Amino acid sequence: MYSKTYKLFVSLPPILWVALFLLVPYALMFAHSLWSVQNGNIVHHWNLQNYSELLKNPIYLEVLFRTMRIAAGVTLLSLFLGYPLAYYLSFHAGPRKELLYQLVIVPLWVSYLVRGYAWKTILGSDGVLNGFLQYLHITREPVGFLLYSPFAVVLMLTHIYTPFVFLPIYASLEHIPRALVEASHDLGAGQRTTFFRVILPLSMPGLLAGATFAFVLSLGDFLAPLLVGGPSGTMIANIVQSLFGAAYDWPLGAAISVCILCFTIGLLFLAEILEKRWSFE
Amino acid sequence: MSASANTRRSPFLAVYSALVFAFIYLPIVVLVVYSFNRDGVGGFPPQHFTFDWYSRLFADSSIWDSVLNSLIVAAGAVGLSLTFGLLAALALDRTDFPGKGIFRRLVLLPLILPGIITGLSLLMFVVFVRLQLSLVTVFLGHGTALISVATIELFAGLQKMDRRQEEASLDLGATPWQTFWRVTLPNLKLSLIAAGLLIFTLSMDEIAVTFFLIGRDNTLPLEIWGRLRRGITPEINAISTLILLVSILLIVIWYRLRMRSEAQ
Amino acid sequence: MNSVSKRFGEKEVLKTLSLDILSGEFLTLLGESGSGKTTLLRLVAGFEQPTSGEIWMSGARLDTLPPYRRRVNTVFQHYALFPHLNVRENVAYGLRANGAPKSEIASRVADTLMMVRMEEFADAKPMRLSGGQQQRVALARALINRPELLLLDEPLSALDANLRKEMQRELKSLQREVGITFLFVTHDQEEAMALSDRIALLRDGALEQVATPREIYAHPATAYCAQFIGQTNLLRGSISSGIADMGSLTFSCTGPSGPAVFSLRPESILLAANAPQISGPVRFRGAIRRQIYTGASELLEVQSNLGLLLRVRVPACGPLSGEHEFVFSASDAICVKESL
Repeated sequence: MYSKTYKLFVSLPPILWVALFLLVPYALMFAHSLWSVQNGNIVHHWNLQNYSELLKNPIYLEVLFRTMRIAAGVTLLSLFLGYPLAYYLSFHAGPRKELLYQLVIVPLWVSYLVRGYAWKTILGSDGVLNGFLQYLHITREPVGFLLYSPFAVVLMLTHIYTPFVFLPIYASLEHIPRALVEASHDLGAGQRTTFFRVILPLSMPGLLAGATFAFVLSLGDFLAPLLVGGPSGTMIANIVQSLFGAAYDWPLGAAISVCILCFTIGLLFLAEILEKRWSFE
Repeated sequence: MSASANTRRSPFLAVYSALVFAFIYLPIVVLVVYSFNRDGVGGFPPQHFTFDWYSRLFADSSIWDSVLNSLIVAAGAVGLSLTFGLLAALALDRTDFPGKGIFRRLVLLPLILPGIITGLSLLMFVVFVRLQLSLVTVFLGHGTALISVATIELFAGLQKMDRRQEEASLDLGATPWQTFWRVTLPNLKLSLIAAGLLIFTLSMDEIAVTFFLIGRDNTLPLEIWGRLRRGITPEINAISTLILLVSILLIVIWYRLRMRSEAQ
Repeated sequence: MNSVSKRFGEKEVLKTLSLDILSGEFLTLLGESGSGKTTLLRLVAGFEQPTSGEIWMSGARLDTLPPYRRRVNTVFQHYALFPHLNVRENVAYGLRANGAPKSEIASRVADTLMMVRMEEFADAKPMRLSGGQQQRVALARALINRPELLLLDEPLSALDANLRKEMQRELKSLQREVGITFLFVTHDQEEAMALSDRIALLRDGALEQVATPREIYAHPATAYCAQFIGQTNLLRGSISSGIADMGSLTFSCTGPSGPAVFSLRPESILLAANAPQISGPVRFRGAIRRQIYTGASELLEVQSNLGLLLRVRVPACGPLSGEHEFVFSASDAICVKESL
């Protein structure tokens, strides 16, 4: 039905855009990672030193593992908050379902920065939470570890990503025909068995999508640590950011970025394979 | 379907869900409340209701300059993303070519890739072609990052569309070009608007990519960011509350549009 | 079911009805869409609660139990097979949920699959099966649990005509073989007639008639029953002193005086020329307006010379035209109630 010119006209511009603004930049980044810095200048001297530096220097590994732990923590917490919420909306909310869904979406439209800032004001030593605790005489002095710690980063990012995790899970759950739940009950399985043997397996694609999203984006986040992380909450992306800033070592920064890029692509491939195995339609 | 009353509805789940909601809304509520607090941010309970911070906000010209910059960039990003996103969606829906799978994955990659990577790769590109950092580079960054959003939304819209309308149009003698303008686009109207709203909002809020591509003119998020580094003032609460109100307005509009599309 | 009623908000879907289902019988709930037949089925299954009334089974109260504790299983309209489990796992689901030992499960699954002739598909996923195959798996999945009552919600409506007839035969023989009570829901009256021991005809949430197929056909209780099941001619008039006066037709009948409706099946009316001697003959002349040939018979639309339009079914006899004389036996005119 569509002529060759139509198809060409439609596919060429986006392909060119993708090539120019995605492939070329990634290639440049890869090239940078193989160069080095001398006397404040980038030298096009091809070598693998940046990568060996990453592997040898314990600081980078330490920050990387901390970042992984934070990302894993955010993902798990978001799932623990987002999944039950999605389940409640889909199966128990009845006619209020649509309204409640909109209420979950609203915070997504509120600026990331704004929400991060809000946590800063809540968790600080002079912040709202400490003020609240002291007002109720639960504590007499400000609690220090709330702010400027990995804990604060996890808390803030969980807050950001819970709605993002909620969305695909909710879509998955809505997609499950209610007749299947009835069939399960009909055959003698109670609420709990039905959940674990029918609902959970069928919601896996959504769960996987949400978890991947939360994990990868938490991994590469540099703003949350700057807002609420403090020195103990630094993540790998902060190192990259400073290498492109004050610490001026673009090649090394590029090397870490390439690693993050490859890791993301690898994870996406894995998610695709799992999704194919678990998709039933 | 009405669930049988015999299957116990555990109140525990409802309470838990309420708590999750509370967690999601807590910071927003705090933000709004303290924007009216005379004694600034922090401490408890808030006392002395005032509009001071708002009036200071309205007098602050650099904030409004950055708002203007953000609007310009966002408008451009919407135009760019919708155009290329529509073409990409059409290409994915209607054509086949070697490497289509890779193309699809690349188009969607910026959605899940941390913004810092997109930002830095574009920075290196910009430096390579010796382009000055400015609102133009920010605009390019937003466009690149947000084409994926447009593509997804428009692709879904294309899938939902009845292909036979286009066939009927061609059968009745219209050219493919006319068919596109008179049949395809109108059918995509709601998807286009929804995508446009979403891209606009995301562009207004974008920081990670913008961080590395910004020149002398700040966008709103970066202006706020700069002030945050210097210290906290409730003026920021005030602008945040305003942003919240605008966002809610946009959601209501989006919601109304969806209701209308479903009614059709 | 004792005085069971069901209301959804403002709408009363089932109006206080009572029905007894006999052990081992094949009972069909027949009705148009909106008649309440599916709602009634769902009440028995446990997916809905009656607004009032009680449901009992084998001497114990049923409606207070959740679906997973009732000795009742359902075959759903679109089968509701679990897409993420293969055939074997689908069929074994109920046994596993109730904690049966693995060895017992394996052997019973094998037996049940053989009973529905699906043993070669044991490892297939439902999406790879045709409609008829999925239906058999759904049957196996329900029957393996040896329920006291099997509910079937229009299970054949998604199949095409030939497959439907074949599955009807299979279902009937399966029910006889297994001996379980079947409660079957359909809107297709031919299907109901072919399969059922008894039919319960539902209309707007109330039972019009509950009887065997032969009984319902020969002695419909109301005008609706007469028209819904098979075809009929409805004659309206009045009875006085043992004479039914339908305007252009009169015949003797037993029945109280007053307005009356009679049901006269098309096949009861014969061409006088071909008719043998019949008792209580009622004759009339009529012109053939239309003739529809259906292979073994002809369906004639006849306008009697006094204005009545009747449908007549005669054995195939070649094209007819013009006026003919027709005759029927007065005893074939069944007096029915106008409505409940």
